[in-house]
Amino acid sequence: MMRDVTANPEREASEPRFPAHPIAGLAGTSFKPQHLKAILAGAKPLGFLEVHAENYMGAGGPPHRALEAVRRDHPLSLHGVCMSIGAPQALDKAHLARFADLVRRYEPALVSEHLAWSTHDRVFYNDLLPLPYTEATLRAVSDHIEEVQEAIGRPLLLENPSTYVLFRESTMSETDFIRAIAARTGCGLLLDVNNVFVSATNHGFSPLVYLADFPLGAVGEIHLAGHAEQSDDEGEPLLIDSHDRPVSDAVWKLFEKVIERAGPTPTLIEWDSEIPEWPRLAAEAAAAQDILERAGAVWMRAHAA
Amino acid sequence: MLLDLFDAAPPTADDFYSAAFLAALLKPNRETPTLVSGSAGKAAVKRFNVYRNNVTVSLIDALAAVYPAVQRITGVEFFRAMARFHIRETPPSSPLLFEYGRDFPAFIERYEYAQGMPWLADTARIERAWLDAYHAADAPTLGAAALASTPAERIEDLVLTPQPAARLVRSRYAAVTIFAANRGSEPVEAIDASQAEDALITRPEFDVVVRRLAPGHAEFLSTLWAGRPLGQAAAAALEAHPDFEIGMGLATLIESGACASAQLGDPS
Repeated sequence: MMRDVTANPEREASEPRFPAHPIAGLAGTSFKPQHLKAILAGAKPLGFLEVHAENYMGAGGPPHRALEAVRRDHPLSLHGVCMSIGAPQALDKAHLARFADLVRRYEPALVSEHLAWSTHDRVFYNDLLPLPYTEATLRAVSDHIEEVQEAIGRPLLLENPSTYVLFRESTMSETDFIRAIAARTGCGLLLDVNNVFVSATNHGFSPLVYLADFPLGAVGEIHLAGHAEQSDDEGEPLLIDSHDRPVSDAVWKLFEKVIERAGPTPTLIEWDSEIPEWPRLAAEAAAAQDILERAGAVWMRAHAA
Repeated sequence: MLLDLFDAAPPTADDFYSAAFLAALLKPNRETPTLVSGSAGKAAVKRFNVYRNNVTVSLIDALAAVYPAVQRITGVEFFRAMARFHIRETPPSSPLLFEYGRDFPAFIERYEYAQGMPWLADTARIERAWLDAYHAADAPTLGAAALASTPAERIEDLVLTPQPAARLVRSRYAAVTIFAANRGSEPVEAIDASQAEDALITRPEFDVVVRRLAPGHAEFLSTLWAGRPLGQAAAAALEAHPDFEIGMGLATLIESGACASAQLGDPS
């Protein structure tokens, strides 16, 4: 027989429950630990915060304390980066379980992942790699999304990618592919307007045509971010989805058109490298909020008529 | 010679695109895979190189984030070259990048150009332990009251469980001093690297603490953490270092938060 003589016996692990902060019509920002102080100090303006799920898959410690603190006071969006939904191989069951645990623990307002892949043969490549759009990949991706939605018990928002190459074997357009996935799986969509602009420039199509073709009715969240410019083999612009600078004017304009057609939709300013001081990031979110209200009013009038 | 784990198995029909994509991804000398292209007949060399660059640079950055002191010691260029070799030999097997780089200290030990810095691998081990402590499960730490409430004649029968964040790194070199001097940005003074040092890494509340242990304390703690009672741990420490004082050992254990709880077995 062992007797516990610990003075401070293990506290009862009580599951934190959080308020259901509404997220509709709000602009938000990526949550970065270096901004925690400013956010806890009540810095304004602020709508919602989005985190990369993988950064909170450790057992404990400061990351969870920070996330609990921001989740208490703000709507949260949980954005998965590594599920590898677009891979031909089966999903990583352990990773899916960790993802579902986070959804249960933090009760986020939005849950999203990427139309991309990053794992092959148990090696993780840490990038959002592209896939061909065919009947075979449509089946595989749809199966993966259904598996994720089963695990988390709610619809997932799937994000359109930014890409630098095309696959010769593709038999359908990206918008047809995404529309078919949403129809098959009932998933929602995360429309990354910067990704649309990056891919449109890289592959020589019109972002307006892409957006006209995109099933806006399924969009539950929008992403905006900055991109860098390089050049391709022919010396023409090749845009890189770098998330390291302000949103470009062209992307702001596309965003406004999207909101006029789709109505106010939760919109995130993504900024993942060369991260600025909080006021600069907050100013980007405030600019998005202005457009949500201005273009949202246009949408309201159109729908009231 | 480096093993090449990026040489994947021959592609099957079902995973053709990922296997073909990867066959060239981490090999700068391979031609761009023919399954990809630009639009309207454009080439895809620079386009494909964007993915090559993203993968390699992001994984090197991931190692740099885990091992900032190692990078400061070696300089950025040396570090990035060493990291590049390591990611080709041992790419991440988990999407959790804070778990990546567990084999990096052993790689550093073998790395030809790091042979002049024999203490570098142990410095890396302390950095790896620091990050593991940071992400470890939350748990209470054993307070002095638990010991005070135990009758003096039974103290030696106490069995202590380690706190989930607590880790030991033992080095034949001055790895704790080198680690501490290089985690910040202050100028580093000359260090006598030949002095053996033991590191205790703990996270009593939210902040990870790395401390240098006095002689015998590492034997004391490792014996305790192996589940042996306190009396046996003290004996092991004394055997290794006759100067070891159990009072000091217990004080360090409480102050550092190295243990989570204490149990007392019935006298046999």
